Amino acid sequence: MHPARKKRLFMVLFLLAGVSIAVALATYAFRQNINLFYDPTEIATGVAPQDVRIRAGGMVEEGSVVRDASSLLVNFRITDYESSVPMEYTGILPDLFTEGQGVVAMGRLREDGVFVADQILAKHDENYMAPEVAEALARAQRRAGVEAHTPASSYDSASKDGKAYPTSESDGEAQGPYYSY
Amino acid sequence: MVFDSLQAFIAMGGHGPFIWTCYAAFLIVMVGLVFWSFQQRRQVIAQSLRQQRIEQRKAASTPVSPSESELT
Amino acid sequence: MPGKWQWFHKLGSPRWFYGIADRFNPLLLGSALLLLVAGIVWGLAFAPPDYLQGNSYRIIFIHVPTAFVAQSVYIMMAVAGAVTLIWRMKLADVFVRSVAPIGAAFTFLALFTGAVWGKPTWGAYWVWDARLTSMLILLFLYFGIIALGSAISDEKSSARAVAVLALVGVVNIPIIKYSVNWWNTLHQPATFKWTERPAMQMDMWLPLLLSVLGLYLFFTWLAFVRMQTEILHRERRTQWVRQLIQQRKG
Repeated sequence: MHPARKKRLFMVLFLLAGVSIAVALATYAFRQNINLFYDPTEIATGVAPQDVRIRAGGMVEEGSVVRDASSLLVNFRITDYESSVPMEYTGILPDLFTEGQGVVAMGRLREDGVFVADQILAKHDENYMAPEVAEALARAQRRAGVEAHTPASSYDSASKDGKAYPTSESDGEAQGPYYSY
Repeated sequence: MVFDSLQAFIAMGGHGPFIWTCYAAFLIVMVGLVFWSFQQRRQVIAQSLRQQRIEQRKAASTPVSPSESELT
Repeated sequence: MPGKWQWFHKLGSPRWFYGIADRFNPLLLGSALLLLVAGIVWGLAFAPPDYLQGNSYRIIFIHVPTAFVAQSVYIMMAVAGAVTLIWRMKLADVFVRSVAPIGAAFTFLALFTGAVWGKPTWGAYWVWDARLTSMLILLFLYFGIIALGSAISDEKSSARAVAVLALVGVVNIPIIKYSVNWWNTLHQPATFKWTERPAMQMDMWLPLLLSVLGLYLFFTWLAFVRMQTEILHRERRTQWVRQLIQQRKG
């Protein structure tokens, strides 16, 4: 290669490397602000601030959803399969809100450790499948005795055979009876 | 076809407005891009032709050579 | 300069490129439309609904292709920018100029369809998570390149300025791609991967693949058309362009 071009090539590479390092440092410094939400472990270990509006995100724990009979109050727990956080929310839930699916909640952490949400967004995963496939998958999993937190181990198939699923490690059952629709 | 009827297809199980808004936006932007690109093409060609005509007229009005070498 | 770089310099000849583009354009447009229509019709009417989202997931058949191509176009622009800076090849600059508006349009479409999809699934049109924000930055980068290119009238300095911006902005691409893995986001991880088994059943994934390929081909066709226009404009004083334009008129 022509020496002048070689020189320019190095300048281009130098420019790219410099900008990459600068951006990497900046995003590293702001990593907590870039995260959209705190996960349950961060809330349980006190990383997340109290009495400030924050977002909390995790999976809705199987069997933890308790709906108030007379109002729109809903209690449930979110988990990352390490820790779980109790949540309280009054309002209409998004269509995709289901046990075993992800949610991101906006709200405040009360002193008693309950997260009081004023907005709930549903977070779904990258798995797409037809309803029949999802059901077949769930059935196969049940037969294999795999713990059910994968998609489609859903409440309606659970209520059909009339038994609730064991919740994950944490003590979700203490929250109340298994909710069936 | 997974839908029973045309109405069901359009309704998309209640999600119709969202889906069709997206597809309409897609179509409009794509057609717009193509249309705009060809309009630019026409403009460039028209401009170039105008330029050529002006130069030809100039060449015709000036008697002999120097402009000719400029043209080629 | 003869030798091993000769093919590369030939590639930089606008006239040579013009002819190649002319030859490939009908084929590109035909296959692009075929794939796009097949993918979209399959996706809209024949693919099964999703077990969780129902039919709203059908937006994916334009959301993912536009987002995917929008990012690829930026990478191509950055490579072309490097070529402009190192080899001073004019055709590379022609490419950057011609595709920037296409990239901007696709980025806008990805954001728009994402927002409309977000409402029924997440419950919000927009959240400031890392994926959505970095994609918005991509849109502004495209706008920046278009604006910078038209703000500087001198062709050479304009080409260099645009090339530097295209090159610097490319660090945003890995951020967009890995944002869903590096940080907590509302946006789900990638569905469409080249390397792994897709997290989607085949009769959903194939129409998606068709529309991604179709949009790629469509982009290539439109890029060629726009580059030809840019070449006609820049080379308007050359003999071959003059003749070409006369022929087209006749």
